[in-house]
Amino acid sequence: MKAGSRLEKVLAAGHFAVCGEMGPPRSADAEAIRKKAQYFRGYVDAVNVTDNQTAVVRVSSIASCLILQEEGIEPVVQMTCRDRNRLAIQSDLLGAAALGLKNILCLTGDHQSFGDHPTAKNVYDIDSIQLIWGLDQMRNGRFMGGEEIKVPPRFFIGGAANPFGDPFPMRVTRLAKKVQAGCDFIQTQVVFDVPRFAKWMEQVRDRGLHEKVYIMAGVLPTRSVRALRYMQQDVAGVTVPDEYIRRMEQAADPAEEGVKMAVELIQQLKEIEGVAGVHLMPVMWESIIPRLVEEAGLYPRPAVDDD
Amino acid sequence: MIVAERKPLREITEMLQGKQRVLVVGCNTCVTICMAGGRKEVAVLASALRLAGIEHVGEETVERQCDLEFLDPLTKLGGYDCLLSTACGIGVQLLSDLFPNLPVYPALNTTFLGVNEDLGLWSERCQSCGDCVLDRTGGICPIARCSKSLLNGPCGGSQDGKCEVNGDVDCAWQLIYDRLEARGELDRLETIFLPKDWSHSRDGGPRRIRREDVAL
Repeated sequence: MKAGSRLEKVLAAGHFAVCGEMGPPRSADAEAIRKKAQYFRGYVDAVNVTDNQTAVVRVSSIASCLILQEEGIEPVVQMTCRDRNRLAIQSDLLGAAALGLKNILCLTGDHQSFGDHPTAKNVYDIDSIQLIWGLDQMRNGRFMGGEEIKVPPRFFIGGAANPFGDPFPMRVTRLAKKVQAGCDFIQTQVVFDVPRFAKWMEQVRDRGLHEKVYIMAGVLPTRSVRALRYMQQDVAGVTVPDEYIRRMEQAADPAEEGVKMAVELIQQLKEIEGVAGVHLMPVMWESIIPRLVEEAGLYPRPAVDDD
Repeated sequence: MIVAERKPLREITEMLQGKQRVLVVGCNTCVTICMAGGRKEVAVLASALRLAGIEHVGEETVERQCDLEFLDPLTKLGGYDCLLSTACGIGVQLLSDLFPNLPVYPALNTTFLGVNEDLGLWSERCQSCGDCVLDRTGGICPIARCSKSLLNGPCGGSQDGKCEVNGDVDCAWQLIYDRLEARGELDRLETIFLPKDWSHSRDGGPRRIRREDVAL
């Protein structure tokens, strides 16, 4: 065991894992975090908390994760390279480890021009692959700068993968580099285009990467054609085939259709060799999680031993 | 070359508020090539300032405003309230050093180190990071040309060859991929680029080079 988190144990035991994701509030409202967290309780193995996603200021991921942990829900800290240099990242993540947070998802981060502080200076001292490398160093007892860490943090290190970004052949190369850098699990960009995802997974299997890293496929339930169109047109790195837009347009009850589509996607992704779990991103629709997990046949979640 | 663009006239006239005798100083080097601050642009700006009501506007353009050797003729000119430099920020600062008692104002925004890609189009190529990586990236700089200065390949936002930040901007990593593919060097992309040493960049503080071999 690298860190002995619940997520790691579920994956190591060979269970098909389920993660959720929530965005913290844009205010100091701890209750909002606790309230959102309840939708995930018992229905997922761990919940990611975003780090200023789309470059909009929110409660920090680490602080929110601590609240989730107090609520008895296993959190996944997200850490981007946009806002912090290598000193700040290591310091914050040592703090996270000291607070008992074990799962860390390493991300490049959306460019600040998308967010609420577009005139900010960005950092990008290191990139997501270097961040994974750095955390692997840290858990092996060395800071990125090379000095010894007397009590090394225990991290279960995650990374992202986007099979829908270009250039397509670079996508599996990036994954291979993350694995080489020390990545334990991957959460992918939202999947709608299953054939392209399957093609990427084929390349992943050709290189044997699915045996070295747990790959969780991203699924995003939507409840309106507007939200789906927004995903198609405005979210960088997401592709939505027109067929899904048509289905939502023709649906008598778009929210019902959205659940149906998400359940179908989960079932299709589950069948692909090398997919170790799903990562559910119910943006602004956390309340759908229990139903989604049940209808996808993923409830109840497996029990694992406590530390 | 250093690429710059002129500030809006209103911003310049605000800087010059109350000044009646202004010497506009151009530069014959980079800013002439990028058509922002050479002899021609000095003449245009001087006319605009006269129209804006400034009593006396002189015009002088030197060969290189970043080189003291070429600034000597300026020291013979007198009777001005201030200087308005149409050089890059280097020229503005050197003039300020040369005339410590005279305000020197910048007429340009110094923008980047780059090339002239097409008529009326300039784009950035180098951030002078002080530790060149072009040997590893197919001669295309990801530090200057990737919006996030990524060193290990494209982020998830690269789509159809374009950057997520701006659809007019090429994804640097798409360009690098295409170049290395054409050269049969794609294996270069498999190696992890470890965290970069930024101490040679601006992050290490203001930089200077001292060379004993050329010192007297």
